[in-house]
Amino acid sequence: MPLVKLTQVNKIYKNSSGLEFQALKNINLTINKGEFLAITGPSGSGKSTLMNILGLLDSPSSGSYELDGSDVSKLGENDLATIRNRKIGFVFQSFNLLPRTSALDNVSLPLIYAGVTEKDRLSRAKQSLEIVGLADKLGSTPSQLSGGQQQRVAIARALVTNPELILADEPTGNLDTKNSEEIMKIFHSLHKNKKTIILITHELDVAKNAPRIIHVKDGTVLN
Amino acid sequence: MNTTETFRLAFKAILANKTRSFLTMLGIMIGVLSVILLTSLVSGLKTSITSQIAGLGSNLIYVIPGKIGGGRGPGGTQVDKLTVRNSTALKLGLGNQASVCPAVQKVSNIYYFNKSSKEATVIGVEANYPDIIQSVKISQGRFFNNSESQAGQKVVVIGQTVLKNLFPDGSALNREIKVDNLKYKVIGVLEARGSIFGADQDNTVVIPLVSAQRQFGITNLTTIFIDAKTPENVDNIKKKVGEILAKSLSTDDFSVVDQAQTLSTINQITGVLTLGLGGIAAISLLVGGIGIMNIMLVSVTERTREIGLRKALGARPKDIRNQFLIEAITLSGLGGLMGIILGILSSWAINPIIQTTITWWAIVLSFAFSMFVGVIFGVAPALRASRLNPIESLRYE
Repeated sequence: MPLVKLTQVNKIYKNSSGLEFQALKNINLTINKGEFLAITGPSGSGKSTLMNILGLLDSPSSGSYELDGSDVSKLGENDLATIRNRKIGFVFQSFNLLPRTSALDNVSLPLIYAGVTEKDRLSRAKQSLEIVGLADKLGSTPSQLSGGQQQRVAIARALVTNPELILADEPTGNLDTKNSEEIMKIFHSLHKNKKTIILITHELDVAKNAPRIIHVKDGTVLN
Repeated sequence: MNTTETFRLAFKAILANKTRSFLTMLGIMIGVLSVILLTSLVSGLKTSITSQIAGLGSNLIYVIPGKIGGGRGPGGTQVDKLTVRNSTALKLGLGNQASVCPAVQKVSNIYYFNKSSKEATVIGVEANYPDIIQSVKISQGRFFNNSESQAGQKVVVIGQTVLKNLFPDGSALNREIKVDNLKYKVIGVLEARGSIFGADQDNTVVIPLVSAQRQFGITNLTTIFIDAKTPENVDNIKKKVGEILAKSLSTDDFSVVDQAQTLSTINQITGVLTLGLGGIAAISLLVGGIGIMNIMLVSVTERTREIGLRKALGARPKDIRNQFLIEAITLSGLGGLMGIILGILSSWAINPIIQTTITWWAIVLSFAFSMFVGVIFGVAPALRASRLNPIESLRYE
């Protein structure tokens, strides 16, 4: 069953002097529930634009995007925020944790916007941190954690809302080999638990972790 | 996101930058403090003047030279037409409906051997003066009687400040003091009356009107005090006084004023003072608001990545807007609260020196205004934050 279905998606950017730049050209892409997919390509290929559209941070200029059976390509900012909150978990290259804030509070952050009560937030955040193996670091702030641990907190934050789709943008880009392997192990175990994962990376080695790899170049998908 | 969460976030953000938050609040704090302090000073002034005027007696009517509100006001030209002839006419015309006491006032220096009381007010009146002015009371000795008054004897009743200056030991009765160069015998001491507009009402001596006119070589009067006996009579007597005086004087040469008029004039003056001083203080609140806007704009820029992250995680634009707006309101509200506390404390602290009366409307108004300032100056930064693009914000360095 498809979770993500992009049909004829184009993205055109206009700069201030009116020049147009087509970042994505007629993208057709279907991702099924439970798939672990890597999107790869050189920088400037359009993979970041693709990720922003998949993550509902940006809207396509034309074409349609069906997420979990409903068309999301024409929704307004408020609806997009709500769907991001419920259905998508983000993992970023630079972790993007709130400074001077405990791991537990960082992980429970998306639940605040979901309207979950504080008690439930904390217990769900704790569970989430247990999944990534940080049950002993609940009170640590980002500055007290290593890069690998910080990224695991970020993964716990992406998992806490129990989203349909996990979008990881260069999740190992700031990590050494050992920590990268740790992170990939977590993704593999999430995949085993039927999570849908999209991994965006320019490193082929990292992409190879995923059973399905899509190459993007000059705004088109190469098959 | 609900309001409690938003407030919690606001407090967290404020505590994360304690010094900066405090300095930002300082602007609002000083604004509220000065509104409360200045208005409490003015209403303290009003309370003290009102009570002193009320202390004179509510049946009191004054006749003063010159026309109030006319071209030739008191202190202007030709205000010297009120004389003993007029007060005698009033005594005859009013009979026993009212008592009349003509008065002159001069400033002179008072001496007792090598001691002096400089620039004391010399009041020349008749013997019924203490009966008409309720706040004039005798603490030692007696007031001069009718025969002493009519004969223009050199007797004097002195105020507390004069007593303190000339007779530190407190025994003044039957001593001879000098008003300028003429000797007077002390026959009584007045009770303390305090000060009005900062002028000491106890640095005063009271002598018979005839003696004062002789000493200073004057025939005109400063005031004619009239006691209407009952409040109901005041209007009636005022009318009669006007009629009697109009026979020998032009209506521009005198004014008849009662206590209600005096009080309403005082109210007008203090009202203008309150508005003026409160308005100046309110400007400092406005400046404080600009400080808040400045810091909130800095905060939005600093936290661009955080805003991008929150948006990616599901914050709607209005969640972000509320977060920053409530942070601004919390800053101004806390500043306002501190200003209120400091305002109350400082007006208590200066109360022993200058009378202050804290007005509740000033507290409510200045606090409401500080919250309003928080909203007005918080909106622009909050809107800027809510409109940030999440993709660009997440990349912001």
